[in-house]
Amino acid sequence: MLLTHYFNTLGLPYNWAWTLSQVLVLGVCEFLALLGVAAVILLDRKIWAAVQMRRGPNVVGAFGLLQTIADAFKFLLKEVIIPAGANKVIFILAPLVTATLAFAGWAVIPFDNGWVVSNINVGILYLFAVSSLGVYGVIMAGWASNSKYAFLSALRAAAQMVSYEVSIGFVMITVLLFAGSLNLSDIVRAQAQQGWFAFTILFPMFVVFFVSTLAETQRPPFDLLEAESELVAGFFVEYSSTPFLLFFLGEYVSIMLLCALMSVLFLGGWLPPLQMWPFTLVPGVVWFFGKIMFLFFMIAMVKAFVPRYRYDQLMRLGWKVFLPLSLFWVVLSAGWILYFHGGAH
Amino acid sequence: MIAALAFYIFSAILIASALMVISARNPVHSVLFLILAFFNAAALFVLLGAEFLAMILVIVYVGAVAVLFLFVVMMLDVDFAELKKGALRYLPFGGLVGLVLAAELILVGGVWAFAPKAQQALASATPAHMSNTEALGRILYTDYVYYFQIAGLVLLVAMIGAIVLTLRRRPGVRRQSIARQNARDPAETMDVVDIKPGQGA
Repeated sequence: MLLTHYFNTLGLPYNWAWTLSQVLVLGVCEFLALLGVAAVILLDRKIWAAVQMRRGPNVVGAFGLLQTIADAFKFLLKEVIIPAGANKVIFILAPLVTATLAFAGWAVIPFDNGWVVSNINVGILYLFAVSSLGVYGVIMAGWASNSKYAFLSALRAAAQMVSYEVSIGFVMITVLLFAGSLNLSDIVRAQAQQGWFAFTILFPMFVVFFVSTLAETQRPPFDLLEAESELVAGFFVEYSSTPFLLFFLGEYVSIMLLCALMSVLFLGGWLPPLQMWPFTLVPGVVWFFGKIMFLFFMIAMVKAFVPRYRYDQLMRLGWKVFLPLSLFWVVLSAGWILYFHGGAH
Repeated sequence: MIAALAFYIFSAILIASALMVISARNPVHSVLFLILAFFNAAALFVLLGAEFLAMILVIVYVGAVAVLFLFVVMMLDVDFAELKKGALRYLPFGGLVGLVLAAELILVGGVWAFAPKAQQALASATPAHMSNTEALGRILYTDYVYYFQIAGLVLLVAMIGAIVLTLRRRPGVRRQSIARQNARDPAETMDVVDIKPGQGA
């Protein structure tokens, strides 16, 4: 708002000033997200290494801090190789779709009370839509590569992501029933009164959402689409250089996005654990990032010690366990609200 | 000004991609253009202030239906060039359908001109103090709750029908029963035998 006012005084009409300031804010957010992703990739590798009693990256920079940046430059400077049999336009488009969608979701995430780029009424639906679009990057890459490994991986991805979206949708509905709003900031504010949803009757849904997040972002133990022992590297086996970097980036950004969504839906977003003196001193954005990092730590640990699922087990978990459970919880929480809160929310 | 600009950009891309859906040579490209068309239609909904419909359009059609489309088109090994050879024969029929649709759309648009009162009904569709998600929910679950449930039942019947049509029982297939696996314990499935050397079991 300050920025809009500033541009307005420079002589720009209000509409244009508003658009320009939104674009600028968005740019700063994306830059921070990029830096965050660089840190998180290193963190992931370090945690993984620590579980396996290795040191992990420790050569480039102090404690290997610059490793990710060095890797990024390596990818940027390499030659882009497009396979002869590939469908060129879609081959190039696929990593762009993945990376763009991963970044697009951050527009509605509230970092602190009022710190949100776009405070839209249907924020959670927007995030759901963006995360369900993520599958297109994978399918397009797999098909355009003209390789059977990539194609098999893309088919697996399509089935997997569509399956787990169903339970994610129902989990979101249980949260919405308690929060009474589709606006992410309002969902956090509702938790200021009712307590964090992860510590209420919704706890099982938090677990379901966490596991579905792993499946949705193709993290181990559900990384069947890049199962390196059978599919080489999955859908991006033909990718090199910058397009590969975009896939890599998109994957981690969307993991962070889903961690952020989880902390907004279940762990109270920017809220401190207790609304009292020492906790309220810390700014909300620090709590928010702390929660994201905590969730990311859990995801990284899962990668380190859970073996990969078999494909039929993955499908069974999605359709025969999570779907009925989350559906039952929708009915249960609707009944709970009707009984204890008189249906008024 | 920006809204008008956005409207023209979105509708131009929408029409262009809709044209590409029927004229692209590669069926996978057709489906991708269809997705682009859905996406731009959702953007037009947002411009109209119907953000709930826009998001539902993206989630249901782009996120689920079009994925299955793409899935099937990629899996099928159909020679589409062969299939398209005779397509021009259907041009008159397709043109007729298009003409009827266009006429109906013009009629719908014309209603606003013929009946000025309809415009007022449109203007009061969303109460001022609530978002359109809330307004939709309020009207759908109160005034039209029976119609809503009938629609749900129709979908349920369709779903059961699809399952029944594709279900086939193959004899002799081994299935994993997780509950049975977990219920097994070593005491009943294993026999520890003490075999004397040189005698065999």
